[in-house]
Amino acid sequence: MLEIKNLHCNVENKEILRGINLSVQAGEVHAIMGPNGSGKSTLASVLAGNEKFEVTQGEVMFEGMNLLDMSIEERARAGLFLGFQYPVEIPGVSMANFMKVAVNERRKYLGLDPLSSTDFLRMMREKGKIVELDSKLTSRAVNEGFSGGEKKKNEIFQMAMLDPKLAILDETDSGLDIDALRIVATGVTKLHRPDNATIVITHYQRLLDYIVPDYVHVLYKGRIIYSGTKELALKLEAEGYDWLINQYQ
Amino acid sequence: MEDQNQILNNITEQEYKYGFVTDIETDTIPRGLNEEIVRLISAKKEEPEWMTEYRLKAYAHWKTLPMPSWAHLDIPEIDYQDIIYYAAPRTTPKYNSLDEVDPELLATFEKLGIPLEERMALAGVAVDAVMDSVSVKTTFKDTLSELGIVFCSMSEAVRDYPDLVRKYLGSVVPYTDNFFAALNAAVFSDGSFCYIPKGVRCPMELSTYFRINAAGTGQFERTLIVADEGAYVSYLEGCTAPRRDENQLHAAVVEIVVMKDAEVKYSTVQNWYPGDKDGKGGIYNFVTKRGICRGENARLSWTQVETGSAITWKYPSCILAGDNSVGEFYSVALTNNFQQADTGTKMIHLGKNTRSRIVSKGISAGRSQNSYRGLVKVGRKAEGARNYSQCDSLLIGDRCGAHTFPYLEVENKSAVVEHEATTSKISEDQLFYCNQRGLSTEDAVALIVGGYAREVLNKLPMEFAIEAQKLLSVSLEGTVG
Repeated sequence: MLEIKNLHCNVENKEILRGINLSVQAGEVHAIMGPNGSGKSTLASVLAGNEKFEVTQGEVMFEGMNLLDMSIEERARAGLFLGFQYPVEIPGVSMANFMKVAVNERRKYLGLDPLSSTDFLRMMREKGKIVELDSKLTSRAVNEGFSGGEKKKNEIFQMAMLDPKLAILDETDSGLDIDALRIVATGVTKLHRPDNATIVITHYQRLLDYIVPDYVHVLYKGRIIYSGTKELALKLEAEGYDWLINQYQ
Repeated sequence: MEDQNQILNNITEQEYKYGFVTDIETDTIPRGLNEEIVRLISAKKEEPEWMTEYRLKAYAHWKTLPMPSWAHLDIPEIDYQDIIYYAAPRTTPKYNSLDEVDPELLATFEKLGIPLEERMALAGVAVDAVMDSVSVKTTFKDTLSELGIVFCSMSEAVRDYPDLVRKYLGSVVPYTDNFFAALNAAVFSDGSFCYIPKGVRCPMELSTYFRINAAGTGQFERTLIVADEGAYVSYLEGCTAPRRDENQLHAAVVEIVVMKDAEVKYSTVQNWYPGDKDGKGGIYNFVTKRGICRGENARLSWTQVETGSAITWKYPSCILAGDNSVGEFYSVALTNNFQQADTGTKMIHLGKNTRSRIVSKGISAGRSQNSYRGLVKVGRKAEGARNYSQCDSLLIGDRCGAHTFPYLEVENKSAVVEHEATTSKISEDQLFYCNQRGLSTEDAVALIVGGYAREVLNKLPMEFAIEAQKLLSVSLEGTVG
């Protein structure tokens, strides 16, 4: 589904990613961990197409397409979803309006007709249940006045609405209390299917108690320095990153 | 950042979508302005003596006035002798059914997305459609007349309701008020007149569509609305004009009189031709709009969505004379390319416990200049007056300007006057977020701008709000891409 080869990227002439290689197949869950500043969020942004980051080398194939040639919205419509660490507020624009445009763009890409208002509202209600999102939130403006937990639930709600092939969740667990974490994480699990894939970026093993990864990768100074299975996350939680970093150096 | 600006430029450079000229024969008079021309206009309209006299007095006064220069506008010199002051479609008779109406004219309305018959059937809107200067079609007259409501063209009103017109014309905006008001009083071609009798609630939205069509013809509309005691009316005015290279002058006057316990809502969607993306052509829109709340508990609300015109000079105002009267002003003004707008309101508190609310949302794109200018005045006797003003500016791109000129004159110590102002830009993070959900940048900008303007758009009647929302996104197409 996703094939990253030797990906390098710069921000303001500073190299942040220095040769990422990663292969994600349908049905898999990958966790990316690593110390602060290792390039985890940058990787997520680059895959989504954020123009702040300049790709200098490498190749990324997504569902057989050259991802780096596609615009941000083309990537999204093709089924790449980014769960934001800091979702932005769009004052005055209701979640319903926002999602309606988004969902219909995705449907257009898939060759489907736009949803009728009735079907769309029904879909909003159903998908909202996945993350126990208060139906009142969906009539409010996009993220405006949402609590930290509500914003993260709202990201997963949007993921449910858009039904992506590949979801990249950037520190979706940060700033969540225990209950919200459980709701958000089980929400992600419910959406997992054999024909889609998820990359979770996280600092903490606790998220992976719910979203059980097939692979865990450690990112350090813009490279994946170690890959393992879910047991790796437990070991990192107990021992930190030093043993890996020492080994790498 | 460079890319972002390029993107913004593309959306802003969208061409005006309603640029076309309808080929209808028009009956025009010679260019220029003098006493003879004023008499000729009055004669063509078969006006009574008093009306001709009124026009002549206004003309004499106009000659003494200099063109105002205090607005934050760069106005090219206007040659008032090079303007044709009157044009009427040559086929002027009244129509009883749609079949009799010039098909060209109907097609024009079609292109504008204003199918008369559909509006009549679906929306229950009575339309007094003004094509150039003469009223072509009036509907729902029967329903209205049963309630005693008068809704007709100004020409008809002068003929059929001379007492009402004489009583109120110029009572809120006298011809001595300003340069453009004097000019309008001298040469006004036509417009709408509306009278709602005591205690009558007008059961439908009243609307007029103005449209400039004959080349080089100025449009001088005159509107007068009177809501008698306890009456209510919601009035809609909207316009789009065909594209034209030559600058066209538009100097309308709207007067509203609101009696005790009465309420008037006046909504405008203004989309005159703004000029091309290089700033060539476009309408000069110098409008004087003012209403007076004469009696206790009177309410007057102005809502405007301004997207057109090369130059806009317009301050719909409320004189709050009656105790406990309420004035409101809700505005979205969008400027793009080389457009200039200097718009706002005046809230004049004279009565006790009068309240006013101002919500102004400016949107600037391209190389445009967008100014809010507002006066809140509280008179000596206006005990307990309150005002709340909110002026927001949204900038799209880095070559446009937004300016706010609030004026406060408070002569009563018990008054409470609040003013809030913000300036913001559409952030790259917002655009990235929208793009990541599959929205094109153009759709994202339209959505963000619509959200920004929502508080004002919500004040419009439903079908108008949708039209206005469409207009905002059409006006912004090309700013981002």
